[in-house]
Amino acid sequence: MGIDIGGILSFLASFAIMAAIYAIFSMGLNVQWGYTGLVNFGIAGFFCIGAYTSALVTTPLPTGVLADYVDQAIGLNQPFLVGVLAAAITSGLWAALIGLLTLRLRADYLAISTIGLAETLRLFFNNEPWLANGPEGLVGLPKPLYGLVPPQYYNYLYLAIVLAFLALIYIAIERGIRSPWGRVLRAMREDEVMTSANGKNVFLFKLQSLVVGAMIMGIGGALYAHYSAAVQPSLFTPMFGTFIIWAMLSLGGTGNNKGAILGGFVVWAIWSWSTFLIRNVVPAGFQTRAPYIRYILIGLLLVIIMLRRPKGLIGEERQVSRF
Amino acid sequence: MDGNGNSPILSVRNVRKYFGGIKAVDGVSLDVASQRITGLIGPNGAGKTTLFNVISGLYKADAGEIYFKGERIDGLSLHQTFQKGLCRTFQISRELKLMTVLENLMLVPPGQEGENLWKTWFIPLRVRRQESEIREKALQALDSVGLLHLKDEYAGNLSGGQKRLLELARTMMAEPELILFDEPGAGVNPSERRVLAEHIRRLVSEQGVTVFLIGHEMELVMDVCDPIIVMDRGKKLTEGSPEEIGRDPRVLEIYLGGGSQ
Repeated sequence: MGIDIGGILSFLASFAIMAAIYAIFSMGLNVQWGYTGLVNFGIAGFFCIGAYTSALVTTPLPTGVLADYVDQAIGLNQPFLVGVLAAAITSGLWAALIGLLTLRLRADYLAISTIGLAETLRLFFNNEPWLANGPEGLVGLPKPLYGLVPPQYYNYLYLAIVLAFLALIYIAIERGIRSPWGRVLRAMREDEVMTSANGKNVFLFKLQSLVVGAMIMGIGGALYAHYSAAVQPSLFTPMFGTFIIWAMLSLGGTGNNKGAILGGFVVWAIWSWSTFLIRNVVPAGFQTRAPYIRYILIGLLLVIIMLRRPKGLIGEERQVSRF
Repeated sequence: MDGNGNSPILSVRNVRKYFGGIKAVDGVSLDVASQRITGLIGPNGAGKTTLFNVISGLYKADAGEIYFKGERIDGLSLHQTFQKGLCRTFQISRELKLMTVLENLMLVPPGQEGENLWKTWFIPLRVRRQESEIREKALQALDSVGLLHLKDEYAGNLSGGQKRLLELARTMMAEPELILFDEPGAGVNPSERRVLAEHIRRLVSEQGVTVFLIGHEMELVMDVCDPIIVMDRGKKLTEGSPEEIGRDPRVLEIYLGGGSQ
């Protein structure tokens, strides 16, 4: 009996694409929470904005018969890279708006605003079909460099594109974090009053951290949208869009970008594997309810990490400033 | 102008700070002469730390004016007064716990180009050059307070006295014109306190810094400060040389308990 190498590789490629996209989200959260101590419980909102922005920027307006079925207010028909860039910008603007309103207040206001506005966004896209076709969402997003390789190999190409973004973001963020900029972020995490007693404008640095993290998340959202070639509001739930990413960063290592990436891969592996497990173990009658077991798994994982290994698998280095 | 011909570097005029019904600072006016060590004493609750918090911009004054080098600073926030050349310490050490001793100091210098994210990406060489200068300066400051061997330790792991020395090194990194020390000798043993006093004197004599210092341990204040200002219940009680203050019956009374009233 021959082993289906091609099938395994293809499965691994699609696994790695999703894990790498999540690793990008995890790095974005690491800038905000890991280094600055900002509590963002609305990653799903930035995910959503990034995905929808790129969808609206890269697809054409529906024409002919399709126009009878699809409502779409904007359709700029631009290339993939323009979509990703626009996703980063709109996500950053969304963060700037939230930050301007909440970052002068106590820390919990940011947490509650991000989670509330993320839910608001999801429901907005769900209930306002004129903008992006409501609950059905948009389909047919362009796949970058499609046609360069035979379709059955396309996932490998897209994996390379995602990994290129991952590497670029990793390098850019490491540069910033190892420099005086990152030192100010970490100082704010330790003690805001002391940081302003050292002449740093705490509000402006927090705003920068929130916006930079959100732009990374916006890029992650765009990469996800072009991979699945479709966006619907139902994707951007608190679980799938926010808390799984908190689990990734906490498991991998808060305050360490390598840890953030590692956590993305490990938690996505657990998540995907549990799908198979549930499908094979759970009796047929419970199959529809079984996916919720995974929610419990993620919650349990977070609790175990917090109790047993609060620094994650690879924690923050002792001396981070190294430029 | 005071007797030595020094114009005051800091002038506080009728400053008030109330918390609800509590008049923490109740119309204080005082001058701090340039390149001297001015002491500020008074019993617990006299309003000394509140006054420092108002001067440094951590709190906003409810009334009154504050001038630093002739410029009004009472509307500025904490980071802005620092940028004007005014550095303060805290009664309880606020070291950045999960950062190394060296990083605690490297954070401080103003005007770091690497605090601009774009510059770390697009002119990394310039940032790197400045960063190595800052590191050099931080190592020197650590050496001069005797903490060099702890440079890679988490600041949170230092002893109470070492944290005080770290704060002192921080004021050196800031290169300010005026330092507000809030009880630098709190939680420090007597021999370490003498070391601190010596460092503070040297800051003034060698670097021309002005020091305004809240003290609780009378021997430290009497030893290094001249003049000394006394506060009681939110108001300035008196001001004078250590000898004058030591003789003043009102000062003795507030310190030894006002049984005679």
